[in-house]
Amino acid sequence: MSTSTKPKVRVMSGNEACAEGALAAGIRFFGGYPITPSSEIAEVLCYRLPAIGGRFIQMEDEIGAMGSIIGASLAGAKSMTATSGPGFSLKQENIGYACMTEVPCVIVNVMRGGPSTGLPTMAAQGDVMQAKWGTHGDHPIITLTPNSVPETYELTVRAFNLSEKYRVPVILLLDEILGHTEEKFVIPESVEIVDRIKPSDPPETYLPYKHTESGVPPMASFGEGYRYHVTGLAHDETGFPTNNPAEIGKLAERLRRKLDDARDDIVDVQRVECDDAEVLVFAYGCTARSANQAVLEARSRGLKAGLLRPRTMWPFPDREIHALAQQVKQIIVPELADGQIAHEVEWAAKGACPVKGFGRIDGQPIRPVQILELIEEASR
Amino acid sequence: MAKKLVNYDSYLRLDKFPLIWCPGCGDGIVLKAILRAVDRMEIDKNDVCMVSGIGCSSRTPGYVDFNTLHTTHGRALAFATGVKMVRPDLHVVLVTGDGDATAIGGNHFIHAARRNIDITVLLYNNWIYGMTGGQASPATPSGDRASTAPFGSIEPNFDIAGLAAAAGASFVARETVAKPASMDKLIEKAMKNKGFSLVELFTPCPTTYGRRNKMANPVDMVEDLKRRSVTVAKAERLGSDLPEDAIVTGVIVEDDTRPEYTDRYAKLIQQLSGAVK
Ligand SMILES: Cc1ncc(C[n+]2csc(CCOP(=O)(O)OP(=O)(O)O)c2C)c(N)n1
Ligand code: SF4
Repeated sequence: MSTSTKPKVRVMSGNEACAEGALAAGIRFFGGYPITPSSEIAEVLCYRLPAIGGRFIQMEDEIGAMGSIIGASLAGAKSMTATSGPGFSLKQENIGYACMTEVPCVIVNVMRGGPSTGLPTMAAQGDVMQAKWGTHGDHPIITLTPNSVPETYELTVRAFNLSEKYRVPVILLLDEILGHTEEKFVIPESVEIVDRIKPSDPPETYLPYKHTESGVPPMASFGEGYRYHVTGLAHDETGFPTNNPAEIGKLAERLRRKLDDARDDIVDVQRVECDDAEVLVFAYGCTARSANQAVLEARSRGLKAGLLRPRTMWPFPDREIHALAQQVKQIIVPELADGQIAHEVEWAAKGACPVKGFGRIDGQPIRPVQILELIEEASR
Repeated sequence: MAKKLVNYDSYLRLDKFPLIWCPGCGDGIVLKAILRAVDRMEIDKNDVCMVSGIGCSSRTPGYVDFNTLHTTHGRALAFATGVKMVRPDLHVVLVTGDGDATAIGGNHFIHAARRNIDITVLLYNNWIYGMTGGQASPATPSGDRASTAPFGSIEPNFDIAGLAAAAGASFVARETVAKPASMDKLIEKAMKNKGFSLVELFTPCPTTYGRRNKMANPVDMVEDLKRRSVTVAKAERLGSDLPEDAIVTGVIVEDDTRPEYTDRYAKLIQQLSGAVK
């Protein structure tokens, strides 16, 4: 399915593009709580949603906002919430609930400096590990990391599509720079839209947590005649709690398998000048913009630099990194965090080449020249 | 009209029995009262969504054949708000405990009441955290013992119905499991109210509360509830002579003048559709 609109050239911020992307993807419910630097997303959607028959609510806190989007999604609406660091921390328990109960929804985190209240108006990338492991217990998760205003639009649509396709919460990680940077961009005429699979079984034989081949069970909405039970407790195919180790194992295995099997559909990287690269930069989000400039500048100086940029952060592009690690002398990992992703890259490189982290957590962006210097050093 | 017998089985997921509740627990009495109310209202089971938090009481939805949603501790009202906003036509009934609703969930409780969103909250008040073994809750009467108040609670306890009324609920009532017939009538009234409704239902937890407070026998606990119950009308007559341990039962707030939240939202949609491109 696709929606069609007239192509429009607009100048907008990443946050606005996120809201527009959500609308293009078919959002019908937003539950939020104000927090800098994410509030513009709510401010666009509270205005736009009622006009198209959708619903917006400002909840009493982020825990409530997260709960509300899960309830709304179970009632059949494509749902999203948006927040930043402290609010992202508060949402974690209910994000785990959405993982366990397989409720599609999108959680936007416009990252700011932390921990705690930290740096409300300054960019950071310190929540990447929280996006993966923020909620307790083992759980696979999808996280997308755009690096421009147009890409924020594109990946917001993709976040909805992946959440619907695989019945998982999807986290969209923006950062303060991206959220507030304004760029010119052509709103696409149409975008591809994916909707959750509805049951074809009659209610009497419907198994809401069926161990299907793809691992994704068809999903009925509440009030459609399929009276089923949803619980965050470990459950069997019927959705009811179980303490049977075999059933618990089957559930855990299916939750893992449904994303493992879909790995190549979900993992998404951009390669810039990687074919003959001798020095590789691995960067995402706002930092990838500096990295891109540094790589192009290095090339103009005759240095064989390349950029590997994950548009999907989780599942991690470990194979893509490992392949390039065999070819390059060094991988440089600049990030507005203290080595969070550098560690992952090192694990993925499996010793094939050295990995050099370059972290910055003082609220300032990493400048292209800083990355260029590291490329020059590594090329010597 | 002859009184119709309720076929409880037609509402129950009998294959999920036995119930997890202890012998002597009052939660089953509340469950039956809910089913009598739904039956009397002749609501299609497909049109009921029962949402709960975490606790013994919150296990109720697992046993009933509705659309059922067992959420996280304290957050049921947030989930229910999402369901109700997307499907205002569904009867959203919420089952919660005193701890679930007024400790960890206190914020959602007062704000849902303030919005006057059309959700019927059935709060099983057993004065204790039953599921986790009898720790003190915000409803544990001052002086009573709990596993985390071994010398007697030194905290004042909430008047939960009063809290809901002050926050803006348009229907508030109280009853105890000692009067099952009155319970289902109040639940029916609450479900018929278009707005936020709270029915605070006192129910014994002999296992974790009674045992510690010289009332291990469930029958004694129900007798005690009966002894302490005073209707709203009688309480008014008694005035300052109302006994200190009285449980005032019946309808406390009934106000159909307050706008309901999803109604207001529907009006907003109506007003805007076509107006904004
Ligand atoms: C976030 C979180 N904190 C604590 C718990 C543990 N817990 C489970 S039930 C419960 C208390 C339930 O008490 P109440 O709501 O009064 O219900 P009852 O069991 O008495 O019916 C607690 C503290 C939990 N499940 N989740
Ligand atoms: S612990 Fe108390 S509330 Fe829980 S089932 Fe037993 S008697 Fe009921």
